[in-house]
Amino acid sequence: MKIAIPVDDRSLKSNVCVSFGRAPYFLIYDIGTKESIFLDNGAAASTGGAGIKAAQTIADSKVNALLAPRCGENAAGVLGAADIKIYKTINTSVKENIADFIAGKLSLLDEIHAGFHGHGGN
Amino acid sequence: MKIAVLSGKGGTGKTLVSVNLAAEAKKSIYIDCDVEEPNGYLFFKPEDIQEEKITVKIPKVDDKLCTGCRKCADFCKFNALAYIKEKLLVFEEVCHSCGGCITLCPEKALTEKEKVIGKVQKGTSDQVIVYTGILNTGEASGIPIIKKLLAEGKLESDKPIFIDCPPGSACIVMESIKDADYCILVAEPTLFGVHNLNMVYELVKLFNKPFGVVLNKCLNGENPAEKFCSEKGIKILNRIPFDHMLGMLNANAEIAVRANEKYRGIFSSLLETVTKEVQRATTINS
Amino acid sequence: MQQLLILSGKGGTGKTTIASAFIKLSNAQAYADCDVDAPNLHLITGQSFEPRKTDYYGLPKAGISAQLCIGCDQCRQNCRFDAISLDQVYKVDPFACEGCGVCEAVCPVDAISLKPAVAGELMLYANGGKIFSTAQLKMGCGTSGMLVTEVKKQMKSAANNVHLAIIDGSPGIGCPVIASLSGVDMVLIVAEPSISGISDMERIIKTAAKFGTKTAICINKFDTSPANTEKIELFCKSQGLPFAGKIPFDSDAVKAINNGLTIVDIECKSGAAVKGVYDKVMGLLNK
Repeated sequence: MKIAIPVDDRSLKSNVCVSFGRAPYFLIYDIGTKESIFLDNGAAASTGGAGIKAAQTIADSKVNALLAPRCGENAAGVLGAADIKIYKTINTSVKENIADFIAGKLSLLDEIHAGFHGHGGN
Repeated sequence: MKIAVLSGKGGTGKTLVSVNLAAEAKKSIYIDCDVEEPNGYLFFKPEDIQEEKITVKIPKVDDKLCTGCRKCADFCKFNALAYIKEKLLVFEEVCHSCGGCITLCPEKALTEKEKVIGKVQKGTSDQVIVYTGILNTGEASGIPIIKKLLAEGKLESDKPIFIDCPPGSACIVMESIKDADYCILVAEPTLFGVHNLNMVYELVKLFNKPFGVVLNKCLNGENPAEKFCSEKGIKILNRIPFDHMLGMLNANAEIAVRANEKYRGIFSSLLETVTKEVQRATTINS
Repeated sequence: MQQLLILSGKGGTGKTTIASAFIKLSNAQAYADCDVDAPNLHLITGQSFEPRKTDYYGLPKAGISAQLCIGCDQCRQNCRFDAISLDQVYKVDPFACEGCGVCEAVCPVDAISLKPAVAGELMLYANGGKIFSTAQLKMGCGTSGMLVTEVKKQMKSAANNVHLAIIDGSPGIGCPVIASLSGVDMVLIVAEPSISGISDMERIIKTAAKFGTKTAICINKFDTSPANTEKIELFCKSQGLPFAGKIPFDSDAVKAINNGLTIVDIECKSGAAVKGVYDKVMGLLNK
């Protein structure tokens, strides 16, 4: 099973990024093989629709779940169509959130916000 | 004549000036181009309203023809298209209606449908024809609505037209003043007011529009706006004093010249001055 | 770092006048002006040194090479924004161009390309240890929400170990306001006691609620309409929203501002009233 997490740096020691759509990188983590891949987020510099493009990147990586502190409605729409579940991260440590997810401690993210309509929140 | 009333920031008195000038001119047209936050109709309370919806074109996909090549999604600069589980998703609020995806689809799988982004209302208040533009919340651009408003206004060329512009100096303001014969810049005589006046001053110069300034909410004492205007050689058309009662009438959405005789003087003299300035400007340019 | 945002909805209510007073009273070590269309805060905060300036890039704009152009007119026919015109040569109007790239795609001879365009300028002042972040959007440019985010980001990264930051928000109720709201700890809404002022106040309250931001309301120039002032106070009560106080219209306030001073730098009734509002807001923020 593979999961995705928006991160500030290309490292497992990095923090979880406060934004999904405009995170600089995504960590794609394979729970079975413990392999990590870091992808650049092309959406970060977009003037609009960042959530959509970021979600497309995640969907193309064939992950089963996304761990993030929050998510906008457009991104949630894309992820929903791709059958990717979104879990709410607990703190900023990437390692801890991965461990918590595996232990089943993370809950689904249910407050989807209205998005920033093309103007980049942080 | 077409007069655009603008200011660098909100709350300076654009609506006060444009509404009262239109009312004082009696047989006139008032166009509210502040489509995100129209206020003029609150004052005019127009009757016999006719409404027209304004639409833009949004792509629509025929799933049977789509091969998933993603040329459309890769092209879209606004990220309005996503391809998930062999289906193309269109995000309407993010789409800028550029038509690019439709032109580029190699399978002709994309066509266009209309999406409502707002409306234009036409009503009357005594002999003033009131046009109000309203942009639906969440929509990106009010420009198509402003284009429609100004096109409607053009049809009634015998009456003076007063255009209440959006605040600031962004694209929607530029669109609103495009056809104006003359611009009235409304400014507050404060340090902030002058700073903001400078912005719209640059804008009207860029568009080569003849213009003049109305100072609103004037108090006694030194007035940074007067200094600015004299330094730049800008004509001050009128000075509206800070007036408690005028403020109250405005706060209660009442048209000053209709509510109280004493305010007619200010606006009738402003109307006269502006009319003369427009004639002067058009003679120079012809 | 705690962030307090000051919003108003309608323009001209006194957001910057109150924000500058708060900055003075709290001796804030970091503050920002998010009104990127018409920044005013720098006129009162008094900077002594030049700021660090950074170009802000918005939508890319199309440019047509006259040498390569063969005059087929495909670009103009396909432009949905009336941005291309023919006057001896084909030209793109940078104010109308939305950077969609259709002209670039349809040109048969690759004579058109999209180039990054400067849409504004970010400024960072760091004198006397105080961090002040502001920006100016270039005339005619539309991506102000994103520039607001950059202003806040700039302040945050420059302000280490700062306890409280005061943010002078964007006017209106649109996207730049939403960008201002993101990530702040509390918002103070400055309401104007008028019909349009009340309507804008209600819309901002709804938006802040969506973000779960602590919200308080104060009224400026309350004596211009006691009836509307009462309406607002009753509204706050009915919604369970903290009412932080009311400030009278004060011609001395105008005098102070015109001299580049805040209303708490001189003796005046609005200055005295804003101190009360400030105490209430700080109490709520630190609860």
